[in-house]
Amino acid sequence: MNNIRKNRLKDQAFKIWGIFCTLLGLVLLAVFIGNILIDGIMRIDWAFVMNLPSRHAEESGIYTALMGSIWVLLLTTLIALPVGIAAAIYLEEYSKKNKLATILEVNISNLAGVPSIIYGLLGLEVFVRIMEMGASVLAGSFTLALLILPIVIVSTREALKAVPKSIRDASFAMGASKWQTVYHQLLPASFGGILTGVILALSRAVGETAPLIVIGALAYVPFAPSSPMDEFSVLPIQIFNWITRPQHGFVENAAAAIIILLLITFVMNGIAVYFRNKWQKKFK
Amino acid sequence: MGKKKKESVIESSIKRKYKLQAKDVKVWYGDFMAIKGISMDIKPNKVTAFIGPSGCGKSTFLRLFNRMNDYVDGFKMDGTINIDDKDINDKDINVELLRKQVGMVFQKPNPFPKSIFENVAYGLKIQGLKDKTFLEERVESSLKQVALWEEVKDDLNKNALALSGGQQQRLCIARTLAVEPSIILMDEPTSALDPISTAKIEELIYQLKDKYTIVIVTHNMQQASRISDNTAFFYLGDLIEYDKTNKIFTNPEKKQTENYITGRFG
Repeated sequence: MNNIRKNRLKDQAFKIWGIFCTLLGLVLLAVFIGNILIDGIMRIDWAFVMNLPSRHAEESGIYTALMGSIWVLLLTTLIALPVGIAAAIYLEEYSKKNKLATILEVNISNLAGVPSIIYGLLGLEVFVRIMEMGASVLAGSFTLALLILPIVIVSTREALKAVPKSIRDASFAMGASKWQTVYHQLLPASFGGILTGVILALSRAVGETAPLIVIGALAYVPFAPSSPMDEFSVLPIQIFNWITRPQHGFVENAAAAIIILLLITFVMNGIAVYFRNKWQKKFK
Repeated sequence: MGKKKKESVIESSIKRKYKLQAKDVKVWYGDFMAIKGISMDIKPNKVTAFIGPSGCGKSTFLRLFNRMNDYVDGFKMDGTINIDDKDINDKDINVELLRKQVGMVFQKPNPFPKSIFENVAYGLKIQGLKDKTFLEERVESSLKQVALWEEVKDDLNKNALALSGGQQQRLCIARTLAVEPSIILMDEPTSALDPISTAKIEELIYQLKDKYTIVIVTHNMQQASRISDNTAFFYLGDLIEYDKTNKIFTNPEKKQTENYITGRFG
């Protein structure tokens, strides 16, 4: 009898602990967002989005940083998407499942764990110096593309793996080549999954600061980039820069910019979740 | 030019004594020997049934005829498989072309997650055939052959996954017929279906043998006796007995065959 009571007590205790753990992160995030909203929401208006940076906090805007972020996001997508998807298709559909493949797999997973500042150093050496791109949007995009490549590859492979083997069998048995099977069956069937992975990877890229600072992205750029070879800033760097200023006006600016950055990532994650749900229904 | 020649080869093969021939075929998956030296000849325009307990190698053997084992890791084969007197494992054989000639229907209905039309037209489209009227005609005639046309003609753009299991399997057969193969391999095509759908598929198989050579793997003894002309009994990677279906089911030569078909094991 005593034992049953004790077990029930333990059960109850664990349940409460579990609820606490589940809510811990969420509550902290909510408090943080609340704080930021109080600090910054009043600062957001059209002028804040469209203004160039300035010495005066109240005249300052995020236009150059926002445009920089958009440029970097687009170019990063253009670079990382075809490379990552092609690599994943090769690993999943073409390569023989031997020792070499295992080594490749483990190392790609390892790449996903390399600190982002290391990618910054790599980008500085390879893109900025050796390939002489300078501290340009292009160099930043290549660096971030490298950074998210492992995530794109791993999530694309997962999406391909989720396509039932029976679809491959059917396609091959109809006389389709490997490429035809990939192009006509596997890619359409795994599209949602691939897109989810890519968007999540990009929403990580849009928040990256360290590697871009290392390659020389500037906190103050007078104009929005108009070509891939232009100098640039991005939202997180702008935020970082404003936070380090002593004047109170800039703290408000930082909070407002954080709200916009969060909005961008939340929207991207929302789209990813939407596609994942839509895609999961497909084979059921 | 080349296409004309191929067609005449297919036609003349109808007069051949054997459509498929296996000579001393051995198969390994890694170290495991799945097939231990099987030779057999399969006649054209007949239904040949492969029976035997699970793991006896009958599905593996079936998949040799359209080389579907090629992608299996650790697969190794010895011996020769001839179709119309041509070794299909020869270097100059194009596997994609081979599979157009040797169609396959699987255990679980596996339509593509696309429209009914796209499913049936798939084999033609990947051959580069684009003419819309031609595709429409071929889709219609294929669906008619499997008696599915009346049921689906008004919603050819509906997703194939919305069909019932039996309809899906008939769609898969139509998809195979659309590329006009001469041989159809069926790997337990009714094991996932209800009795009524099964009866429909069996009826269909019976009709199809006028035009096609059919090889069917089945676990269902009654099915083998109902629809096949010849039956092969496999056990542990060996071909134990191969004869007219009538003979196998009424008066088998081997004790093992008798034990299996009377349900004493397997």
